[in-house]
Amino acid sequence: MLVEAGHFALALALGLSLIQFVVPLWGARANDPVLMAVAPAGALAVLACIAFSFLALTLAYVSSDFSVLNVVQNSHSAKPLIYKISGVWGNHEGSMLLWVLILALFGAVVAVARNTIPMRLQANTLAVQALITIAFLLFILTTSNPFTRVIPAAPEGQDLNPLLQDPGLAIHPPLLYIGYVGFSISFAFACAALIDGRIDAVWARIVRPWTLGAWAFLTLGIAMGSYWAYYELGWGGWWFWDPVENASLMPWLAGTALLHSTVVMEKRDALKVWTILLAILTFSLSLLGTFLVRSGVLTSVHSFAVDPERGTFILGILILFIGGSLALFAWRAPMLRQGGLFAPVSREGALVLNNLFLATACATVFIGTLYPLALEVLAAEKISVGAPFFNFTFLPLIVPLLLLLPLGQTLAWKRGNFLGTAQRLYAVFGVSLLATVALLALRHGGPVAAPLGIGLGVYLVLGSLNEILTRSWSRGTPLSVAWRKARGLPRSAWGTAIAHAGVGLTVIGIAATAWGVETIGSLRVGERLGAGEYEVRLERVIPRVEANYREDAAILTVFGAGRELGTIETMKRLYVTRGMPTTEAGILTTGLGQIYASIGEVQADGSIGMRLYHKPLVLLIWIGALVMAAGGALSLTDRRLRIGAPARARTAPPAAVPAE
Amino acid sequence: MTRKQRRLTLIGVAGCVLAVALGLVLYAMNDTIVFFNSPADIQAKNVQPGTRIRLGGLVKEGSVQRGSDQQISFEVMDAQAAVQVTYKGLLPDLFREGQGVVAEGVLVGPGTFRADSVLAKHDENYMPREVADTLKKQGHWMGEANAAPKTQ
Repeated sequence: MLVEAGHFALALALGLSLIQFVVPLWGARANDPVLMAVAPAGALAVLACIAFSFLALTLAYVSSDFSVLNVVQNSHSAKPLIYKISGVWGNHEGSMLLWVLILALFGAVVAVARNTIPMRLQANTLAVQALITIAFLLFILTTSNPFTRVIPAAPEGQDLNPLLQDPGLAIHPPLLYIGYVGFSISFAFACAALIDGRIDAVWARIVRPWTLGAWAFLTLGIAMGSYWAYYELGWGGWWFWDPVENASLMPWLAGTALLHSTVVMEKRDALKVWTILLAILTFSLSLLGTFLVRSGVLTSVHSFAVDPERGTFILGILILFIGGSLALFAWRAPMLRQGGLFAPVSREGALVLNNLFLATACATVFIGTLYPLALEVLAAEKISVGAPFFNFTFLPLIVPLLLLLPLGQTLAWKRGNFLGTAQRLYAVFGVSLLATVALLALRHGGPVAAPLGIGLGVYLVLGSLNEILTRSWSRGTPLSVAWRKARGLPRSAWGTAIAHAGVGLTVIGIAATAWGVETIGSLRVGERLGAGEYEVRLERVIPRVEANYREDAAILTVFGAGRELGTIETMKRLYVTRGMPTTEAGILTTGLGQIYASIGEVQADGSIGMRLYHKPLVLLIWIGALVMAAGGALSLTDRRLRIGAPARARTAPPAAVPAE
Repeated sequence: MTRKQRRLTLIGVAGCVLAVALGLVLYAMNDTIVFFNSPADIQAKNVQPGTRIRLGGLVKEGSVQRGSDQQISFEVMDAQAAVQVTYKGLLPDLFREGQGVVAEGVLVGPGTFRADSVLAKHDENYMPREVADTLKKQGHWMGEANAAPKTQ
């Protein structure tokens, strides 16, 4: 019964979204506050319906209701509760439901923030948001209904893909979706500004927190997915330039560019048209990501749907929104007034350069990801574009950006002085160079990329610290005064510095992978295998039986420099219901590095195959991403964003009270 | 600087970056792209030894041989031809005889291939898409339903 109610609530949400789309748009045109006020109410009602529907599906999963097809295909009564819940979005239908839930959630937050957003802008934005909701609700209701019943009910479920039964994967999709869908708000604001034909610094100030929030979540989501691939797939790689990964990287790159261009717009009222275009492109890339991942054009863990009808539908949504918004842009953008002037060497100029590099890098990823698909359709030739392509095209565009980052961060607005700025960074240049040379000398004969990359990372981290330092301390200032000044800096300044330092940490982690060691060998109990300075000894192999899988666990003792460092377990699991084997890697963390072991199958002579890695500083890759997101979050708490944009006083002067 | 000069500077810089990016992409397209071939394609297209390709097909039943030190060899076949593949390392979890596989590496001689990575499916329901397409084209497709009873 609840399941049917959930289905009905979804249909109701579709109807309400239609109202939320038509009425406020009309109200904004007619300048009717009553009609415009329908938008926030509609957004809240849509959220209530979709949330109910999501809850209904979740309850069906938790209670293992095997009369629902979706539950039968993706759940099992013996599965731990957390994976019953995460199973809701571990499949195509449920994940699309999560998508619209987050969409509605964002709409509702815009609706609640009515005091900080001008009414017309809010009405138009929520109307655009409603149109997106309509498209995706139609998609769910017509092609991917999660509430389909099976009669008669199945006695037991088919279990969730074991690769997805993992705590990391339980939170990866929600994080990623909050990021993807968060950009829909920037998109809706951009379209609203175009519909209204007006855009100014207030617009930028309103849009920036949304972009920042979405970006921070996307950063976390990507990092989570990358860490999951690292420990779950058992290959020790953290980024494969797989099309599915690229699908999330593209909106991230465009979103990062958007984040920076809205700064220029907010502070200097410049780059308006470009910012609008970026907002449209960022969400378009999010939609493209959804299409690539969900339509089944790519084979991966993510492609649940191989139904061509679904692919065509999402392609239709893609064309409608990207085509529609770009057409709107082409029509209305020339009407937007150009804003502030700035010299090429200035903070604005640096941010333009940042946008240029990020957008170009994003374009190369786009080409590398879509070219194979295009070629297959047009020429029936199957090719694969892998890591070599991306390393060759992406890195040369990102490295100059990173080299310029500390400089740009230090430049003055409007008109900067390049030499003067460089002078402020002399110490940073010096220390980074010294670090690079020292590392080159220490690891003489090793890969050159590692010291160079680490030098770059150190330069980024120090450059960010230097920014805080020079803004609060100058020669002769007592430390207490400097400390007070530093604490008095706006939180957005701290946020920027922290996020940029995070980039530096990630760069160090990535560069250090060049020092990684990999060995493959076969081991019998008691034998040892070495990787670099580390060694493992196979102690024993234990068979175990758990609720929904059985496994052979290899217990290894890790030695480093002759000392015993600890034990790790690596498993070969067989998930019984699906008959699917998986490998669970065993990981020992030493400082920021990790010893990583995964086993293969047991061979005829009783030995087992093993892959052993030593990965120095590898944790910095994800710690850097966490720091980036933390910087973004800190920026979000900035006073300027908390108190909202200045608005003209709306209250009429109090009418004179007649004397009694 | 006048507004016009500023705009020209911007366009000039943007043009340079884009040109560099385009150059990189075109160069990389020539050098780093790997073509997918089935064993029959290798014969038909006369792929030269030394070429880096992705080889896809079915692992021939009974062809997997494990040597010492994780050295593994197996045959990848389609309806018309078979290629001997050697690989050192751990095979993916879902690597099985009679199932689809994609190996990336270098063609050593006509009919022998040295793989440096072997990919199987992420999920037992699906066959690597390229392999499925090849089999369909050759008329030997039995449907995924036969390979695994579950459907999505």
